[in-house]
Amino acid sequence: MSEAARIQTDAPDRARPTAERAFEPKIVAFFCNWCTYTAADLAGISRMQYAPNVRVIRLMCSGRLDPQFVLAALRDGADGVLIGGCHPGDCHYQEGNDNALRRFEVLRRMLRDLGIEDERVRLEWISAAEGDKVQKVCDEITEQVRALGPLRLSVPRRVETDETPGAPAPRLVGQEAR
Amino acid sequence: MREPERDRASRPPSPNGGPRIGVYVCHCGLNIAGKVDVQAVVDFAATLPNVAVARDYRFMCSDPGQDLIEQDLRDGLINRVVVASCSPLMHEATFRRATAEGGTSPFHFQMASIREHVSWVTADADEATEKAKALVAGAVRRVALHEYLEPRQASVNADVMVVGGGIAGIHAALTMADAGKHVFLVERESTIGGHMAKFDKTFPTLDCAACILTPKMSQVRSHPNITLWTYSDVVSVEGYTGDFTVRVRHRPRYVIEELCTGCFECIEKCIHKQGKFDDEFNEGLGKRKPIYIPFPQATPSVVVVDPETCIWFKTGKCPQTCVEACERDAFDFEQQETFDEVKVGAIVLATGFKTFDAARAPEYGYGTYPNVYTSLEVERLLNAAGPTGGEPILRDGTRPRSVGIIHCVGSRDERYNAYCSRVCCMYSLKLAHLVKERTGAEVYEFYIDMRAAGKGYEEFYDEILKEGTHLIRGRVAEVTDEAISPEEEGRLVIRAEDTLMGVVRRIPVDMVVLAVGLEPQSDAQEVRRLFNISCGGEGFFTERHPKLAPVSTFTDGVFLAGACQGPKDIPDTVAQAGAAAAEALAMVDRGYVMLEANTAFIDEAACSGCKTCVGLCPFGAIAFDEERKKAAVNEVVCKGCGICVGACPSGAAQQHLFTDAQIFAEIEGVLEYV
Amino acid sequence: MRYPYYPGCSVGGTAKAYEESLLAVLERFDLGLDELDDWNCCGASAAPSIDEDRAIALSARNLALAEERAEDSAPVDLLTPCAGCYRALLAAQRSLAEQPAVARRIDGALQAVGLRYERRVHVRHVLDVLANEVGTEAISAAVTRPLDGLKVACYYGCLLVRPNATFDDERNPTSMDRLMEAVGAEPLDWPLKTRCCGGSCYGADPFSGTTPQGALSLSYALLREASRRGADAVVTACPLCQFNLEAFQGEMTRTFGTPIDLTVGYVTQFVGLALGLPERRLGIHRMLRWRLPEREPVAAEGGVHARA
Repeated sequence: MSEAARIQTDAPDRARPTAERAFEPKIVAFFCNWCTYTAADLAGISRMQYAPNVRVIRLMCSGRLDPQFVLAALRDGADGVLIGGCHPGDCHYQEGNDNALRRFEVLRRMLRDLGIEDERVRLEWISAAEGDKVQKVCDEITEQVRALGPLRLSVPRRVETDETPGAPAPRLVGQEAR
Repeated sequence: MREPERDRASRPPSPNGGPRIGVYVCHCGLNIAGKVDVQAVVDFAATLPNVAVARDYRFMCSDPGQDLIEQDLRDGLINRVVVASCSPLMHEATFRRATAEGGTSPFHFQMASIREHVSWVTADADEATEKAKALVAGAVRRVALHEYLEPRQASVNADVMVVGGGIAGIHAALTMADAGKHVFLVERESTIGGHMAKFDKTFPTLDCAACILTPKMSQVRSHPNITLWTYSDVVSVEGYTGDFTVRVRHRPRYVIEELCTGCFECIEKCIHKQGKFDDEFNEGLGKRKPIYIPFPQATPSVVVVDPETCIWFKTGKCPQTCVEACERDAFDFEQQETFDEVKVGAIVLATGFKTFDAARAPEYGYGTYPNVYTSLEVERLLNAAGPTGGEPILRDGTRPRSVGIIHCVGSRDERYNAYCSRVCCMYSLKLAHLVKERTGAEVYEFYIDMRAAGKGYEEFYDEILKEGTHLIRGRVAEVTDEAISPEEEGRLVIRAEDTLMGVVRRIPVDMVVLAVGLEPQSDAQEVRRLFNISCGGEGFFTERHPKLAPVSTFTDGVFLAGACQGPKDIPDTVAQAGAAAAEALAMVDRGYVMLEANTAFIDEAACSGCKTCVGLCPFGAIAFDEERKKAAVNEVVCKGCGICVGACPSGAAQQHLFTDAQIFAEIEGVLEYV
Repeated sequence: MRYPYYPGCSVGGTAKAYEESLLAVLERFDLGLDELDDWNCCGASAAPSIDEDRAIALSARNLALAEERAEDSAPVDLLTPCAGCYRALLAAQRSLAEQPAVARRIDGALQAVGLRYERRVHVRHVLDVLANEVGTEAISAAVTRPLDGLKVACYYGCLLVRPNATFDDERNPTSMDRLMEAVGAEPLDWPLKTRCCGGSCYGADPFSGTTPQGALSLSYALLREASRRGADAVVTACPLCQFNLEAFQGEMTRTFGTPIDLTVGYVTQFVGLALGLPERRLGIHRMLRWRLPEREPVAAEGGVHARA
């Protein structure tokens, strides 16, 4: 585990004005509707302040997560991805989070092969009551990814929708184009 | 990003041509505007592709706010709506309605949460504004790809089923039957009545339990709208909300129910002169014959023959004096179990509870010392129709001179159940009163806290105190027969710290009563799977929301009543049963249910027949056509989780409102511009 | 078979009779003990209250020594007669398994003295070995002078089955009772099998401890109940239990007025008597008081005989 992963995030440097800061990571989060998204709402209601770098995309269940979403996010400019689901045993749809975990494990191996650090893609179980965990995890992942720096891939980060004839076919990270 | 060809083709063309998006940014008073630069977000939104209109307003959820949306839709300026405001969990339904009012599909709508997820949680105003822009961009990119979906409904069958015939089930059944619905009441035991039928008196009024229960039981029996099935259980539930097909098994009594008049002659004439076998209704304290009626007011008043103990079944050699005695010729020793299959629109589960097994707490001596009883056993001793005719006597037949009642056995205890069982303080006070009344014994109660929260409960507690019951605040360490003084010889000694006095006390008593807690039935997990609901950590059925939806479950059409949802007393049980009945009636009377919009569907052209999805569905909503080798989703059963979609290797499975294309677009949106 | 043996401090001194009787009984079943070289004190209950880490280190060293003499990578059954030592060794194992930070420090300490603990030791108490390895059937078959219905109260003490109930039930242990039955004695059913005797409150120098009077009344309660139920003797499996219950009976009689005069012996002594071993070999002469009801010498071929 890299040095960056052990960084404590008690005092994230939110206070410093934007211009002065090191690079701002962009993190995409996939939160399940019933637990994690609700927990994020709870964090909001409780006015818990945390890093603004995490942009949440709502899924009904973490089991909906297609590993391609993670890859698309990384390709489209995210420096990190956070996946949130219900605790094992508590899935609103019984077993969806089990599926999320299995896919994540396989995805993790693929990401390692691609040289993408473990700290960039993270799976967390967050129940609807754990607003504080949303705050903590968002802050943590922001700082960890900040310490790792921007994600550098050896292929172009975006696939242009229009291709000029004769241009080399764009290679996507990992999987077939969708 | 290139969209796969098939996604574009399978979208029905938007009735008004290409997407024209209206973006509405809410101030929410100062909740959003106090942190986020709303104007900047509006200006930014206007630059996004397909955005035709971008506005802000102080309170989008208000009537004028919604009017903005509706008007722009009616004017044809827009055909898609994005509202950047609070959480969708708050107002998604509100704005979908407004969108529909404006004349298009309610699902041509997407929300961006810039309050709970931005203005309320971001310290720096600039950063908050940037994040708000990113989320709006995501919503805009996504909504452009929303399909034109019509809200769908399914009709609801007018009949209802109640599972469990205790006071909860009885009350729910009567309520719905009185409303004119046909009710199937299924009860596992040979009689309805549940636990309440075992009690002697109920707190705080000290009403006789049987006196208030039996009229309701006979109402059930004689109600024209209730089909009462006792000695029966549910074996399978198929179908979906509003259209459940339930298969019920009727176990054989070896007596024809319609012919038996409950005259008791056969029981009298059984070749066993006395009861020999443990009487379950009397908590094993009495004996019954193999042929029996559990208690005098059993409903239906029909005899049961127990094949485990009846000589005819065990050896085939019995003069069958019971058959001879029956004037109605009601016996049928060849009887087999039979089945019924019925369709119902709503189901109320009222399967009740069981008590904590006191043998699991050996420090209290249950099973070791004969005169340690559970509260339920003492109820039977106190009941006039019980094994001792209402006398709370010791095993040797003598009266106790002193009785110790120990609270919280199996409750408020990390080793067994952490929760409070809610009724034990009150029933312990009641038992104290009744025991004292019948025997004049000194009664000692050992408690942690005294919980007397209901109507008349605190006053009842006061009365018990005035009667001279000794209350000792302290958790009992053990019940022992070690005697250290002559007064303790031959008696049971309760050792507890009296925390208010600050001393450890040894109280010698003749009888110990354990206030055992309430637990879920031992087959709660099987039952919950049958009905496709969930159980919480402690094993009780899970309600849809602990505060705001205590009688419905996440499976539409299945409702909960009584202690199966959590420990509670009789008034709360009856209230909850009434509530469950009301919600079931609301559904049935409305006649239809709205179906989940974000269901999965399978593009047959792309389906390779790999069957990955079929086994993954927790609800069995995916069927596989073996001939055509294609999977298909039953959109009425589908709950919209998307597990199958995430797993489908070919992308044939997609989820309405959460298609891959829509999510990819949202991902791009939140990253691309800001 | 020879067991690696951790004797603990008491059996070399006050509890010599325990070790003597243990060796004698094991020999009868072709079992032997190999005392660990250079073993150290286990710390008993005093050490953890002073310094937890060091207390664990004390036991860890003994565990490492036990592994040293065993073959590489084979599991080691380490036998100990004292309940206090038993608890200390098990507690150390548990801390090492459950707390990585502690494990790092202790492993480091062991390494510094050239030792290694590979977690291969299975700590066994004498009672466990007699009841579960030798077994009640084998013992019963070897009995030549059954104890003829001798009424015994089996006292397990507080540390044998709590907090780690590895070989018997924590609330109502029965291994000692079964052993006594197997040798013809009649174990009494009594509720104080694992009740505190107050031992640690006596103090190292008796009655210099924290609450010696309180301790006395606790031990008294045990002996009085045993007497009341008709016990001829109390059977123990720990040097401290035996000592606390045997040594202060005079003081108890004086303080509480009820005459207390009970034989308190080791389980191995009672088993040894039933096996026909001579009293001298069982250390009976070392006991402060020893008076059992007269027994008829029964001509035996083995097996348990009913009272004549």
